[in-house]
Amino acid sequence: MNDYVLTVEGLRIELDPSGADIDDEVTLSIRQGEVLGLVGESGSGKTTAATALLVHERRGVRIGAGEIMVDGRDVLALKPKELRRIRGGLISYVPQDPSMSLNPALRIQTQLSEILEAHAFGSSAADREQRLEEMMAEVLLPSDRAFRRRYPHQLSGGQQQRVALAMAFACRPAVIVLDEPTTGLDVTTQAHVLRTVEDLTHTYKVAALYVTHDLAVVANLADRIAVMYAGRLVEVGPKTALFGAACHPYTRKLLEAIPDLTGEHALRGIPGRAPMPGHRPQGCFFAARCSDALDKCRAEFPPYDGPGDDHRVRCWRWQEIRSRPMFGDQPLLIGAGPACVTDEEALITVRGVKAYYGTHEILHGIDVTVCAQRCIALVGESGSGKTTLARAIAGIHPGKIEGDILFRGRRLERDSRARPKESRQHLQYIFQSPYGSLNPRKTVGQILSQPLKQFFELSRGEMEQRMAEALELVALDDSLLGMYPDQLSGGERQRVAIARALAAEPSVLICDEVTSSLDVSVQATIIELLAKLIQETRVGMIFVTHHLPLVRSIAQEVTVMSEGQIVEHGLVGEVLENPQADYTKRLLADTPTI
Amino acid sequence: MSAVTPDQKELIPSVDELLPEPKAGGAHRRREWVDLLVGSLRFGRTRVGLVIVVAIVALALIGPYVAPHSPFATGIAPDYSGPSAKTFLGTDGIGHDIFSRVLCGGRTVIGLALAATVLAMIIGVGLGLLAGYSRPAIDDVIMRLLDVLLAFPQIVFVLLLVSVLGDALWLLVLGTAVSHAPRIARVARGATLEIVGRDFVRASEALGVPRRKILVGEILPNITSPLLVEFGLRLTYSIGLIAALSFLGFGLQPPAADWGLMIEENRIAMSVQPWAVFVPVMLIALLTIGTNLMTDGVSRALIGIDRDTGAK
Repeated sequence: MNDYVLTVEGLRIELDPSGADIDDEVTLSIRQGEVLGLVGESGSGKTTAATALLVHERRGVRIGAGEIMVDGRDVLALKPKELRRIRGGLISYVPQDPSMSLNPALRIQTQLSEILEAHAFGSSAADREQRLEEMMAEVLLPSDRAFRRRYPHQLSGGQQQRVALAMAFACRPAVIVLDEPTTGLDVTTQAHVLRTVEDLTHTYKVAALYVTHDLAVVANLADRIAVMYAGRLVEVGPKTALFGAACHPYTRKLLEAIPDLTGEHALRGIPGRAPMPGHRPQGCFFAARCSDALDKCRAEFPPYDGPGDDHRVRCWRWQEIRSRPMFGDQPLLIGAGPACVTDEEALITVRGVKAYYGTHEILHGIDVTVCAQRCIALVGESGSGKTTLARAIAGIHPGKIEGDILFRGRRLERDSRARPKESRQHLQYIFQSPYGSLNPRKTVGQILSQPLKQFFELSRGEMEQRMAEALELVALDDSLLGMYPDQLSGGERQRVAIARALAAEPSVLICDEVTSSLDVSVQATIIELLAKLIQETRVGMIFVTHHLPLVRSIAQEVTVMSEGQIVEHGLVGEVLENPQADYTKRLLADTPTI
Repeated sequence: MSAVTPDQKELIPSVDELLPEPKAGGAHRRREWVDLLVGSLRFGRTRVGLVIVVAIVALALIGPYVAPHSPFATGIAPDYSGPSAKTFLGTDGIGHDIFSRVLCGGRTVIGLALAATVLAMIIGVGLGLLAGYSRPAIDDVIMRLLDVLLAFPQIVFVLLLVSVLGDALWLLVLGTAVSHAPRIARVARGATLEIVGRDFVRASEALGVPRRKILVGEILPNITSPLLVEFGLRLTYSIGLIAALSFLGFGLQPPAADWGLMIEENRIAMSVQPWAVFVPVMLIALLTIGTNLMTDGVSRALIGIDRDTGAK
């Protein structure tokens, strides 16, 4: 098998003083012109492993063992000077956030030619100039002088990422490592960037490693997929084999946790958490979360095995798991209430609302109705005004608002402070990131007591009981009451934020991108939870998201927004299957699916 | 289905991020500023500073009880006599025992400086919080008024105040505090602005929590660390300022025992009786060095400078 450009054998990466393993026994290889998708959740060690291919050791981390061969050269044996020469030349890297990785003080032309000069590309300045123009054309950016003289902040996020791609492909590398290059981009922009990556890797026969947390993103792009869990590769195989008949239970659960645009299978979260370095158990690391675990799994980590050379898996029961059908579950049916007609029936009525930032009009006349025990999804790309609308309803939009926002037929003031206490209590807003919405200096108990103190006159005992009830609703234990937010995982934090909203006993929950800062498996558990809450507490819900497939799993109605206007509204099934507006069609087409 | 059952929870460590590694004390952590103080002790400079400060404060507190003579007694030995078994550091121009006066003269400097700094923190933090969490117009009014105060050199400001209103001790404290307040307010406002933008403040606003409670309950606990550093820094300046004012004759009046005053009283006789000047000067200098070293250690711990490498 000499056509492999990159081979990694038994790579081990560990924390520096303690020696605890971040990654171990990582063995993979990529052929010329092939894209390998490296998939894992946050903390799985995928980025650490990927950057190790460039022999990069971040502070406090070292490469402990293993062999990395790039184009027949053992890169771990290279001297620092030789390493500098191959980085960016033989093997290059596209970082996650181009707004951080491009130097804000340099023109993009300067940054691009720096690479070519550093690697002495071509024989003359004219050669390099020509290559520079070529590069711009390859990543579909204008190659005129004026554009090249721009600074990074004068480019959009997608354009910045294209510049980063151009830099990575500049010296025609043999191997390229892409570290979640589309995270933070809108679906449309993401689709363009993905297409560019695909074209370039195929044109130049580059071996690409594409790191991502989102299986759907690599579903089209990658030829093969490697799944990482707690620092170990658990399954590596061709895309079709993996999606058709995954052999590892984690791969299967990961697939089930991906929201499905068609709504054919149920969204299922993976309870529990991956073990961190230094806390990894004996035996298979996934055993604690695996419903198929045997005693053997808890005793010994399974070796690489599998149906073929190209499809390897680390599970004792892979043969049995492989034979099971994929996606056994039927979709959950949410017991939704009936659609409401009059303003009195509706919980929230938004009529002709315009919202401003300063003098700039953000929303241009929006109408929305929220009914009890039903969920309406607000979908749109960044800048569409969906969050502004949600905040306007919640009374925390800082600018001017025109038009009417009614709660049970009564008009609400702009500022939540000016609204009656009752409406403040009944409208609860859940923020995008639980890392920002929970005060790090307060315990969970103190956080939950805030709405209780605000809206109810309770004795100490009643208060504690209510807090325990709120935590129970979000499937958390009341032992968390004394903990601080930084002692909780992202999913637990978001549950606490939801519990805080529920403690107020609201009739409307406004969820603003509540899962976008969470891993897919955690996202799925939060969605399951919210769907259950709609049914049990009969709240009406506004679910703001940029991720169309999520809509299926939670909402009955969907409102698609673009540039401050509603472009389409209807029942979820109708809009997703038979979209009318061009914008919705484009959004659907650009959304990656499995 | 989505629940994390208790037995699963035990298998799962409670630390979210991969790095840094969980610290042993993570679970029973109380407040950030306590952590910060404890953490700053890993720096040698903090420990040295702490030893100096504790020693001098102990000297000032215990001194009056162990002084061999009354600080006001005259004629224990002839005027300007040198060190002897009876008077360790000799006597000054009117026959006071210098050693006893040194032991008794620290309380005022330390007490007044501490009082002034605490008062300055209350005024400065209050104004800073208010400015940072108010409408831009109010913010501007507060900060521009403070800028006016900032235009006066501190010592000139306090001298102006005491020369107009008289030299009562409480005026010294108030003057010093007011001259510090604008600087503290700037730090507090800067830290506040950063916190005000966070979603948890927005969440409390949406619940209708009163502004006063948001300031004290939500924002203040999040800015304690920079304020702690500021407190140390201001304390150092206060000691210098109060000592200087005593030296200039605006503090305690003769025959009271006070380090600043001693320097002033004895400076003309420095060639014949150097100890009466040298010892108070050294003690004041050491005290400011000590508080400064501690502050430096705390601020290093705050920004996370590593002892060995000096890098972040």
